[in-house]
Formats: sequence, structure tokens, C-alpha cells
Amino acid sequence: MDWMKIGSAVLLIAMILFLWPRAKMMLKHSPEAKPGDWQGVILPILAVVGFVILLAMLV
Amino acid sequence: MNRLDYSVARPASNALVVNKVIRNTYTLLAATLFFSALMAAVSVMLRMPPMTYLLSLGGAMLLIWFVLPRTANSSSGLGVVFAITGLMGFGLGPVLEAYLSLPNGSQIVGTAFGGTGVIFLGLSGYALTTRKDFSFMGGFLFAGMLVVLIGALANIFLQMPAFSLAISGVVIMLMSGFILYDTSRMIHERDSNYIMMTISLYLSMFNIFISLLQILGMTSSDD
Repeated sequence: MDWMKIGSAVLLIAMILFLWPRAKMMLKHSPEAKPGDWQGVILPILAVVGFVILLAMLV
Repeated sequence: MNRLDYSVARPASNALVVNKVIRNTYTLLAATLFFSALMAAVSVMLRMPPMTYLLSLGGAMLLIWFVLPRTANSSSGLGVVFAITGLMGFGLGPVLEAYLSLPNGSQIVGTAFGGTGVIFLGLSGYALTTRKDFSFMGGFLFAGMLVVLIGALANIFLQMPAFSLAISGVVIMLMSGFILYDTSRMIHERDSNYIMMTISLYLSMFNIFISLLQILGMTSSDD
């Protein structure tokens, strides 16, 4: 295994360890979504997905 | 009379604070993006080795985790922001060099750069004009980010190109969510800090750019 892989693994493990408590806290304290809230997120994200597919087809 | 004055004046001062945070964030973001691009160009010209990417990213992460939270409320926070974005830009050099060496490399890099800009402007514009509160996404986004990091860690050993492509796609969707979430925080959180907001938005753009490069590089090499 080369040094790049070892370095990447160490960096990713550090990120996971650092993010873990934050994610737990956010899951506990994030406000509940109201009806229709997710719709306002899914539409722009789908537009981004469509845009990325278009870019991949163009290049 | 006092009650009337209070109810009229408070929203106006809120709006001023919000506008100031948004203006400061976008000004600092533009300056850091320019600085980051400059450092990337320097890194490409110096032909830095691939390890530069990891070392720069590691250094930037240490600054984000341990130095930025202590300096974000002072003027020294500005220097830390430029150090972080400069390091990350410098780390991009070997990655850009690898893509530029491909037959249509300059087209891939240019498309990823333009695509990142369009995605960022589109999503920020959407969040700013609709003024929706996306704070409910926080838990989902951070949990999603953890899953992606675990997947990326597994793929270091699995070495599956299709899985790598899937991870890049999910990262773009998650970072798009983070742009909506952070922009909505600037509007709805009274005590939002423009230095932290700048770094948060910069990281989203950086991750979208890297993932777009990977997707475009892989799909164009399949032709």
C-alpha cells in the first residue's frame, strides 16, 4: 500500500472522528421538517443532478 | 407608541444585520476564491508532487478544526480564512495537473470550474429569493456526510471505479444541500458569523469542483 492511500485513510478517519459528535448533535437538535419542506429541497437538487448529467454528456 | 416603534424598528435592524452578513460573506468568498485560484496556478507552475494535495488538505483541516473556531470572532480570523483557502488551492495543483495532462483536460477543468459556479449561483439565488428556512436539513446533511466519508474510506481498499463515481455524485448532492442550508442560515440566524459562513460555502464549492472533475474525467475517458 502506498503512502497516498495511507495518508488518505488517516485523513478520512480523522474527518469521521471529528464529524461524528457534530452529526449526532445535529440529528438530535435539528428542527422537524414541515409538510412541503422537502419538496423545496428535492426540486433544486434534481435540477443540479440534471445539470451534471448534461455536463457529462457535453465533455 | 413605544410598542409600535419597537415592532417597526426591530425587523428593519434585523434586515440590516442579515444584509451585512450576506454582503460580507460573498465579498470574502469572492476574495478567497480568487486567492485560492492564484495558489492553484502557482502550484501547477511549480509542478508540485501528488502528496501536496494530502498535506495541504490535512493542514487546512487542522486550521478549520482547531484555529478557526478561536479566531472567527476577531480580525485574525480573516488571515486564517486566507491561510485555509490558500492551502486548499495550493493542494489542488497536482490534481489539476493530472487532469490537464488528459487529451481533453483543459475542457474538463474548464467545464468543472464553470459548472461549480453555475451550481453555486443557482442554489444561492434560489435560497436567497425564496427565503425558505432549510435548517431542518442539518441532521440529514451531517449524517449523509458521515456515510460518504465511510464509503470513501472503504473505497480506498475496494478500488471500485463505479463506487467512486457514485460517491462523487452523492457528494455533489450533499454539498448542494449544504449551500441551501448555509445560505438559509445567513438569512434566518441572527448571530451567524460571516467568516464561518465563508469557509462553509468555500468547502461546499471545493467539494463540488473536485467531484465534478472526477465525474467528467471518468465519463469522458469512457468514450
